Amino acid sequence: MPFKYFGKINFTPYTKVDKFSDYLQKGKLMGTKCKICGELYFPPRADCLKCMSDTFQWIEFSGRGKLHSFTKIYAAPKGFEDIAPYTLGVVDLEEGGRLISWIGDIPENDLKINMKVKVVPRMFEEIPEIKLYYTIEKQ
Amino acid sequence: MKVGIIGIGHGKFGNRSDATVQELAFEPFKEAIENANNLRREDIDALIVGSVPEYHMQRSLPGVVAEYVGMNPKSTWLTEAACASGSAAIRTAYMSIKSGMHDIVAVIGVQKMRELSTEEILALMGRVGDVQWESIFGTTFPGYYALYAKRHMYEFGTTKEQMALVAVKNHFYGAMNPYAFFQKEVTKERVLGSDDVASPVNVFDCCANADGAACVILTNEKLAKKFNDTPIWFEGLGSASAQMSLLRRPNLVEIPSAIEAAKQAYSQAKVKPSDISVADVHDCFTIAEIMAYENLGFCDKGKGGKFIEEKQSYIGGQTPVNVDGGLKAKGHPVGATGVSMTTEIVKQLRGEAGKRQVSGAEIGLTHNVGGIGQYTFVNILKR
Repeated sequence: MPFKYFGKINFTPYTKVDKFSDYLQKGKLMGTKCKICGELYFPPRADCLKCMSDTFQWIEFSGRGKLHSFTKIYAAPKGFEDIAPYTLGVVDLEEGGRLISWIGDIPENDLKINMKVKVVPRMFEEIPEIKLYYTIEKQ
Repeated sequence: MKVGIIGIGHGKFGNRSDATVQELAFEPFKEAIENANNLRREDIDALIVGSVPEYHMQRSLPGVVAEYVGMNPKSTWLTEAACASGSAAIRTAYMSIKSGMHDIVAVIGVQKMRELSTEEILALMGRVGDVQWESIFGTTFPGYYALYAKRHMYEFGTTKEQMALVAVKNHFYGAMNPYAFFQKEVTKERVLGSDDVASPVNVFDCCANADGAACVILTNEKLAKKFNDTPIWFEGLGSASAQMSLLRRPNLVEIPSAIEAAKQAYSQAKVKPSDISVADVHDCFTIAEIMAYENLGFCDKGKGGKFIEEKQSYIGGQTPVNVDGGLKAKGHPVGATGVSMTTEIVKQLRGEAGKRQVSGAEIGLTHNVGGIGQYTFVNILKR
């Protein structure tokens, strides 16, 4: 599935790491690994920050990690008003790297910084234009 | 050869639906020329505009501003570094003079933000985060600072009350600033009871989008005395960047570009944080001012909450901060902010700040952060 389906509103339909959305549709959360120096990246990068190599391979991430910070957004930007308020979390992934996404089914009172979480690939099935995303859930 | 400021001007910040962007720019430009002795508009070699173009209906701003303020056919251009565009313009002006390319340069920071709705501004500003991996989830500017705040609370025990005290202080001083958007005091209870924006950030933890303009005129040491008896000199200019994406930052409790820019400015000016008499820092959110205390070395890392609680950033405290009301009370016309900060420090160092004067101010500092810390400019000025 094309990268333009990643996220509620996608701003970057074209990218060298567009396979990310294909994997996500198959339920896989993928990062990249530099073929030269072995550095791991999430979010994925086509070009290595460390050694500047432009060759990479896909590596599956477990999705496991720890909640680094979170916030409940009340004042939403254009295009997100219909789902507000929503809670965003930042996760430090077990393999390294970080992601930001919506908190899924974790009750608000249970949210704690440093708690163990798992990032789960998902689809917006309720709307005609299927969109890919992931949520942060309890481990 | 040193570079200094010979003229300053500041327009009224706020809801300026009475004026176009070039009309806003004219106000402080005229005032800055009059503020310097015997300076004529034709003495100015170049006009640099600090602004973020996306907020305006008018495209290519320097063109319309240069024409309206009567600077044609002199050189003009735009600098952009998000909310630090004004300071980026000042840095460019400094370089132009230092290189010998120009002798006298005017910098106008100007922004008219209220042409757009709050939702549109939230969307635009949210896209100052990484749009590929972050904005797709509906991140917002207050949301990013909320993530900083939450983590700062977790690591250092910073509280919402301490954040609220920053707003209380800045509105206290803003009430004495005729250029400020909001010229009235607020109580801690009012801040804490204001609407949620992005937990733990409430409406009164945020600065307001505003319209406004400010201007400074710079020249070299040779010419400065001709136009001003008390030129205010640039002694240190720090500038640094940090990752666009919060996901690639080393941590979420400090602004690395601010730490680096401060280090450069202190070392260039050969001063220590404790030498600073007065500072204007980038309090786009209350947590941002708390982090600024720490990142500028006014207090130790993690002690920013305590610093405001002990009123160390009030006049009479260790380092008075934002005694013009800060972004919080003045409002934040993004391109104008860095220039506005600079005019305040010039006033303080000249001893012209009236009721808000820090007595005997000798060394002043500006700290202007762009985006969520992607750019920071720290300047140190002396009389």
